[in-house]
Amino acid sequence: MIEYQNIFAQVQVQGTPDWGMDDSGEMMADRAGKPRFSTLFGLLGNAQLGPINISSYGVISCVCFMIWFNIVGFSMLAQVGWSVPEFIRQLFWLALEPPGPEYGLSMPPLNDGGAFIIAGMFFLAGCVTWWLRTYQLAQQHKMGKHLAWAFAALLWLILVLGLFRPILMGSWSEAVPYGIFAHLDWTTAFSIRYGNLYYNPFHCLSIVFLYGSVLLFCMHGGTILAVTRYGGDRELEQIYDRGTATERAALFWRWTMGFNATMEGIHRWAWWFAVLTPITGGIGILLTGTVVDNWFIWAQEHNFAPMYDGAYGYADYGSYETFIGKEN
Amino acid sequence: MFPKWFDKWNADNPTNIFGPAIAVGVAGGAIFAAALIVTWGNPAQTESMQTGPRGTGMSVPEYNVSRAAPDPTIEAYYTEEPYIPEGGEELAKDIYENVQVLGELTDDNFNRVMLAMTQWVSPEEGCAYCHGDVDISEYGSDDLYTKVVSRRMVQMTQNINENWDGHVNAVAEVGVNCYTCHRGQNVPSDIWFNVTPVNQNVEGWSAVQNRATTMSGSTSLPSSALEVYLTDYDSMVNVHDLESRVAGVPGLTEDVHSIQKTEMTFSLMNYFANSLGVNCVFCHNSRAFYDAGQYTPQWGIAQLGRQMVIETNAEYLIPLEGTYPPERLGPIYADAPKIGCRTCHKGYQRPLQGMNVIAAWPELAKTGAPVYE
Repeated sequence: MIEYQNIFAQVQVQGTPDWGMDDSGEMMADRAGKPRFSTLFGLLGNAQLGPINISSYGVISCVCFMIWFNIVGFSMLAQVGWSVPEFIRQLFWLALEPPGPEYGLSMPPLNDGGAFIIAGMFFLAGCVTWWLRTYQLAQQHKMGKHLAWAFAALLWLILVLGLFRPILMGSWSEAVPYGIFAHLDWTTAFSIRYGNLYYNPFHCLSIVFLYGSVLLFCMHGGTILAVTRYGGDRELEQIYDRGTATERAALFWRWTMGFNATMEGIHRWAWWFAVLTPITGGIGILLTGTVVDNWFIWAQEHNFAPMYDGAYGYADYGSYETFIGKEN
Repeated sequence: MFPKWFDKWNADNPTNIFGPAIAVGVAGGAIFAAALIVTWGNPAQTESMQTGPRGTGMSVPEYNVSRAAPDPTIEAYYTEEPYIPEGGEELAKDIYENVQVLGELTDDNFNRVMLAMTQWVSPEEGCAYCHGDVDISEYGSDDLYTKVVSRRMVQMTQNINENWDGHVNAVAEVGVNCYTCHRGQNVPSDIWFNVTPVNQNVEGWSAVQNRATTMSGSTSLPSSALEVYLTDYDSMVNVHDLESRVAGVPGLTEDVHSIQKTEMTFSLMNYFANSLGVNCVFCHNSRAFYDAGQYTPQWGIAQLGRQMVIETNAEYLIPLEGTYPPERLGPIYADAPKIGCRTCHKGYQRPLQGMNVIAAWPELAKTGAPVYE
């Protein structure tokens, strides 16, 4: 039983690579890359690498992302005077910043935000074409479009941050910079500037769905791992031919908390929680600065920011001299 | 190496010893660590100073190790009680040549102040640091830049004590003298110089942020916060809208502020907090940074402090640029050294942990003739 307690996959299948079905006889044209096997990747997932589907959307998307990545990277390199050691040293600090507020929605010079606009254009084009690719591949596989719609939820958040909100605000300077620390600075400054995002109800909802996603993912993953020894990891088979794995998993939760999900329904719950995280988050961000400019005052107006009794300042609670161990 | 019967028994009775061994090891290690903490105490204990109502999370925590340790520079502080004049003594301006700022002092007190200044600023170089290695009869000369600067610094100190009482004596009489900044060094620690732009080949906001510099506290926030907010009388750090909805385009409409300006304020506030060894909630209730109803009294003291620093930089320190030799000027722009919160506070809530450095020095407490109590 010890093999179920390992975070790595214990069984690897390596043999003749699987090229996938080809019922029309024309589908092989899209598949590129000679498939091979990797023991390392097999520890994490399927050991087979490739082939990969090459479609127009995929190629356009990759090219767009590559251009975006290079504009950002070379802008950072230019900012440190083309010094590679300094680029590596300051990598987490460096960023490609949006234009200053003085430019509004006009096109600024390349070295003052113009490169950001161009990079952002390619980034958004890459995201949109990647979404089209997920939709198209699901269509080809005659699958539901759940993954495409889930990615569309993320796309909504990305477009709100980089396109919709800056346009509504009338200034590209409101967009998120491309940089490791810089985008975190933006996040903090955004919350502070607009009077504390924690009082934004859609931010609250987004947090609920984010933490809910984590909780559901953990409960579901744990449950399935716990019944893998009875074939529970073959979830799809279990949906139409319930074995004792499903029964045990269901009973565990029913007896633990009186209620249990179904083998199918748990995936709907998880999917909706995950998808609602960026949808509600995007709504919250889109409303910030366009409809509400100070969330704390908004919360006071809507009676959910209570005031606390008690004095402000340490003098009412103790003295500095006592704090540093020097009694008067 | 083991007897045959053992090897045979061992082969016949295979047992997984790793599971129990790991379990025993982990449990034993945990018990050992717990015993250490219980008997020797938590090595990283903290104490918190509550700064606001219960439920708001307003408190300033500090490790006991640093909280209880006195500022090491307190011990080296030199002080001497004044000689109360009985009236009729000859004054320094009449005895010595070229006494422009401390002329109303009696000879005893004048020499007392001169000696103290030496101890505070140039304990190793002595009088010669300002007066030169010359005979005492030539001490009136203004040949050395150090003497010209220290005269201005005396005026600055008098101005701070006299006109910024609301900051330097806000909670208790503390005041400032030369030692508050200098601490026995010719050039005080924690002074600052202009550094922006910090990035090459870019303009505007891109050029002043996203580099780990001392001026940004090693964050990626703007490195120009001190340059703007600690030298310019008209600079405003507030960025919030005071109504739930205010129409306008950030940075273009008046009083509708941008993310970039918010990061500038953030950078300055970060500097404030680090300079005093406190956090945001020493002054603010962090749920509503702007709300005057939720400030602590320290907010007002800090507000005055910023104005004091602006005046001190603009009126006293920056105009001395032409007086300094090149090695005292900024490494990038050859600008005059400037002060900020940290130049006096040095990481403490109160400089020198609140030691009163002005009671014994009425000569530095105000401009003009000193008043002895």
